[in-house]
Amino acid sequence: MEAKIEVRNLNLYYGANHALKNVIMDIPAKEITAFIGPSGCGKSTFLKTLNRMNDLVDGVRIEGKITLDGEDIYGSGVDTTLLRKRVGMVFQQPNPFPMSIYDNVAYGPRIHGLKNRARLNEIVEASLKGAAIFDEVKDRLNKSALGLSGGQQQRLCIARALAVKPDVLLMDEPTSALDPISTLKIEELMSELKEKYTVAIVTHNMQQAARIADNTAFFLVGEMIEMDRTDVLFSRPSDKRTEDYITGRFG
Amino acid sequence: MNNSICHKSVRISDIILNALIYLSALLSVGILVGIIGYVTFRGIGSISWQFLSTVTSEMNNTFGILGNIVNTLYIIVITLLIATPIGIGAAIYLTEYAKPGKIVRLIEFTTETLSGIPSIIYGLFGMVFFGKTLLLGTSILCGCLTLTIMVLPLIVRTTQEALKTVPMNYRTGAMGMGATKWYMIRTIILPSALPGIVTAVILSIGRIVGESAALLFTAGSGYYLPKALLSHIFKSGGTLTIQMYLSMERGEFDSAFGIAFVLVVIVLIINALTKIITNKMKKGN
Repeated sequence: MEAKIEVRNLNLYYGANHALKNVIMDIPAKEITAFIGPSGCGKSTFLKTLNRMNDLVDGVRIEGKITLDGEDIYGSGVDTTLLRKRVGMVFQQPNPFPMSIYDNVAYGPRIHGLKNRARLNEIVEASLKGAAIFDEVKDRLNKSALGLSGGQQQRLCIARALAVKPDVLLMDEPTSALDPISTLKIEELMSELKEKYTVAIVTHNMQQAARIADNTAFFLVGEMIEMDRTDVLFSRPSDKRTEDYITGRFG
Repeated sequence: MNNSICHKSVRISDIILNALIYLSALLSVGILVGIIGYVTFRGIGSISWQFLSTVTSEMNNTFGILGNIVNTLYIIVITLLIATPIGIGAAIYLTEYAKPGKIVRLIEFTTETLSGIPSIIYGLFGMVFFGKTLLLGTSILCGCLTLTIMVLPLIVRTTQEALKTVPMNYRTGAMGMGATKWYMIRTIILPSALPGIVTAVILSIGRIVGESAALLFTAGSGYYLPKALLSHIFKSGGTLTIQMYLSMERGEFDSAFGIAFVLVVIVLIINALTKIITNKMKKGN
């Protein structure tokens, strides 16, 4: 299995708090990898190191190495704008910008200097289709994105992330603020997305990981306890702590 | 029996409190209506086309406030041209760039204090620094620079409050797509904060229109019409409030009330504009 992202001896500190301890992981290309674990285990923090969103937080110190297609993403010559173009992110709370649906999706391409209207139209349509929301919004592309329902907003955010043609899509509990039907739609969408993209998702919902992920990694108080094919991890975990967690003994 | 819910008792303290609250409301509204009504009653008689469209002149035997109206416009426009970009820039720095901590708190405390200082102190400082040290003398520009310092805290604080209400996840969303900080601020933060920024500007106009103490010894009391658009800023120029002060000093109460009426109308228009513009923008979002 080809690894898209390789994480080696990653340590992360919030001030004196050692939040990620010596994480080693290979994230395979064009598969869904889920991170599970109880609240505060570091799974979200870990996800954010993959496109350097932790840079925005004060007092964070990172040691170790993360490579994307062999390039060190914390290397000195790295442009975070280009990194985040390749590694897109969808957040827990749907966060469409207060502008039209069209402008939301065109936001990313415009960051990278695209002005050609015809090209933008193509990208917006393709991205909205890619996020399975085009038919619902095609008649109101110029209306405010804030008028959409929560589930639609989240798919719009996925479309927005797809518009810059990323390789990797990071999703931080993308369905935790949504109703069950919207959640199902997004899960279906993720299974389609992995044809083209490498997907990493944080979820506190173990059934969700079991349903959609090819690989699952279990985190506990800053440590990555074990990672395996999802079916193996859920049926024959090799670590006692993983077993205790997935059988509901804690967390 | 004792459990019945039909024993409605009237509490005396409730009645007294209610009465007091109504009385307070009545009093504050009454005073406002009374003043506006009285100013209108006394002032409207002085309003005439000549009053609004000529300059006071012994030779032509006219009495009017056109020069003061023009000076007021000059001072509003120039002060805002200087103060708005600086104020918005400072607010963006404080909320978006500066690391929260002692220095930011110190700056915020200072701006808050500055906005509470009596305006005559700005006048004294402006007269000595801009007028004497920078050799601007008594001129519209000197007045504008003085007022710039005076309204800056207002613009900074109001803009900051507007910026702070922009949800954090807009910021992370934009940064997560690879936007640079400035691109994110320009395309998302500033448009979202625009109603607040417009409010800041309009409140500043209100303060400028109403200011007299800070202008008396900086912009002076000239009442002539500009001979050239630009050179006028180096001439002495009194605003409406200054002219009103001078009229009161001379005991010309009719013209003072006339000017007061014009000022009240201007302030009402500004407040209405604030409401209309911010409502429109909120709907637009």
